[in-house]
Amino acid sequence: MSKKEVVAMLLAGGQGKRLKGLTRFLAKPAVYFGGTYRIIDFPLSNCANSRIDTVGVLTQYEPMVLHAYIGVGNDWDMDRKNGGVFVLPPHEREEGSSWYQGTADAIYRNLNFVERFDPEHVLILSGDHIYKMDYGKMLDYHKEKDADCTISVVNVTLEEASRFGMLNTDDDLKIYEFDEKPEHPKSTLASMGIYLFKWDVLKSYLIQDETNPTSSYDFGKDIIPLLLDDAKTLYAYPFEGYWRDVGTIQSLWESNMDMLSEHPELDLNDPNWRIFTRSPNQPAQYIAPEAKVSDSIINEGCIVHGEINHSVLFFGVEVGEGSVITDSVIMPNVKIGKNVRIHRAIIDDGMILPDGKQIGVDREDESEILLITNESL
Amino acid sequence: MKGFVGVINLDHELDQLNELTYFRCGAAVPFGGRYRLIDFALSNMMYAGMEDIALFVRRKYRSLMDHLGEGRPWDLDRKRGGLFILPPDWHDPTDTSLGDLQHIHNNMDYFHRSSGDIVVNSGTQHVNKVDFNEVYKYHKEKGADVTVVYKKVAELEPEHGPCRRVEVDENGYVSGIHHERDHNNIYLEIFIMDKALYLDQVRYSIAHGKSYFFRDVIQHNPNGLKIAAYEYTGYNAVINSVESYYKNSLALLNPDNYMKLFHEKPVQTKIKYEAPTKYLESAKVTNSLLANGCIIGGEVENSILFRGVKVEKGARVVNSVILQKCTIEAGAVLENVILDKDVHISGDRTLIGDVKKPYVTAKSTSV
Repeated sequence: MSKKEVVAMLLAGGQGKRLKGLTRFLAKPAVYFGGTYRIIDFPLSNCANSRIDTVGVLTQYEPMVLHAYIGVGNDWDMDRKNGGVFVLPPHEREEGSSWYQGTADAIYRNLNFVERFDPEHVLILSGDHIYKMDYGKMLDYHKEKDADCTISVVNVTLEEASRFGMLNTDDDLKIYEFDEKPEHPKSTLASMGIYLFKWDVLKSYLIQDETNPTSSYDFGKDIIPLLLDDAKTLYAYPFEGYWRDVGTIQSLWESNMDMLSEHPELDLNDPNWRIFTRSPNQPAQYIAPEAKVSDSIINEGCIVHGEINHSVLFFGVEVGEGSVITDSVIMPNVKIGKNVRIHRAIIDDGMILPDGKQIGVDREDESEILLITNESL
Repeated sequence: MKGFVGVINLDHELDQLNELTYFRCGAAVPFGGRYRLIDFALSNMMYAGMEDIALFVRRKYRSLMDHLGEGRPWDLDRKRGGLFILPPDWHDPTDTSLGDLQHIHNNMDYFHRSSGDIVVNSGTQHVNKVDFNEVYKYHKEKGADVTVVYKKVAELEPEHGPCRRVEVDENGYVSGIHHERDHNNIYLEIFIMDKALYLDQVRYSIAHGKSYFFRDVIQHNPNGLKIAAYEYTGYNAVINSVESYYKNSLALLNPDNYMKLFHEKPVQTKIKYEAPTKYLESAKVTNSLLANGCIIGGEVENSILFRGVKVEKGARVVNSVILQKCTIEAGAVLENVILDKDVHISGDRTLIGDVKKPYVTAKSTSV
């Protein structure tokens, strides 16, 4: 393998417990989003659009769908002879076997993979965010600052700040402090969990951290504080644009709804920054004479006889006559009978809802988004 | 089932769709919201497990090549076999043949190298879901040298005019193939036969100064081949004129046709990475087919919209077929029209065609 300037390592092993039934048999990065995508399409497409063609995808929890989905990576133009996409599950070695202990441990255990490409820099990504970002620009910034580590950040409100890793920086964005989920945040700069490291620096710290039995082997909790203690050069890279952590049912729903506005902050129709995905290859959607559709996103293969308002329909969804769907997300291949009512809900993929079924109507607390899976129905 | 050698013969297909075939051959004409006509024949071949498919192309096939690529959507990107686009451009000084026989002669290697031993020939003007395995089963049952596929149509339509008719005897064999217009057995441009026999007939016909395989070997049948007729009873649309294109496009809005053509064994086509279609608050869409990547703010009625079409708020599209990436500005009204790719309609325009004779614009024009 010839040398690469950057290798991306995409952390895709998380369970995503807060997505409840959606991730019972599915790793969080494989969760559907936006009518046709899976969450992992976003970081993978960002890599493809940023001309990063060598990506290791670290899997662990329920990997089957994810592995099959990524395949040889041709949908993201990563079926390359030199480089491409590599799925990296935890594996048994001479000294024994265990699961990835943390994000840093996962990279540590794939040192050999990264070494094959002898990169200058390693980009660490997570597979649970919805955003479009040119990593090439971040790399330019990282090189310009001659940073050992550059962390991509977004501005959040002080109330939200305790959910994130928070950074404190000088005026020139040099990081001097990092608080993982602080109770009393001192700034509003939140880490997006996107790190760009000089590979030789990261490698030595991963090796060092691995020998520490009290470490949690986590980038935010262990590696970054260690670098700061050693007065390494860390910079914050401010990202502007749409970025959402879709780790909860509520945030997944909200993020889907965000796509509905006339000029959404995240434009999925931009020909210069396509989000690539494995095409379901289904026929054009059919909207029947009695159907009414407004303020919605509808994908291929849908057959709509009912009324859809402010909702997202994934591919292959059928909606019978007299059914009304409002403020909802309908996952792929859901079959909805006649006179069904769905309001403020997410319907899991492949479900069959019989005629007359009522979901989410006449409830007192509308703020909660209902998740309907075969187990909960 | 294995051993088919596919031939999609565009050699004699005429580009008769006016503006739609100014810049492309008939096989590359977009159809059904996201497909091109050739996708249907290719998908049928794919579902029959075909590993070798050759395309005899002659004219205006650049967009066709772009669409097909290495054949990945049809599982034809293979180490062994796969998709072969075979142009006719070869000047063999010893070659005395003409017509599509010359085309076959110039590409004999394809037939010799392909692993299968049954030739399946298809055109692209018939949109259907013929199951070649069923045809082959029938072919074996009948012990035939050649089996041709036909459909008995209830009503003869203008587009059936140029089609050949198949006369079938009481035992299911062909007793005549002709152009008599009042006959209802329409030949679907599909036949199958043994490769060895096929190649023998090619050599014989060339040696005897013939030009067209189907006409000179099967229709005139000088060597007394035993020709069986397989009756196909499923969905079939003939696309050989603007009128038939328009009529059969809008006929897909009938849910029965939609289900027959698309529901089982989905038709494969080149993958595009369009976002799902977006309906704005002002959208009003009824009885229409829409592909992905559309943004709809206006009214769409009884129409087919291909990928990436924009209908602005206050625009109105009725009984129309709008090809890829057209933009229809606010205030424009379209009725009974076909817009080719990349057409831009300004806000003050009203284009109204006839129900039987739609108004057609050429690719990349601004109106």
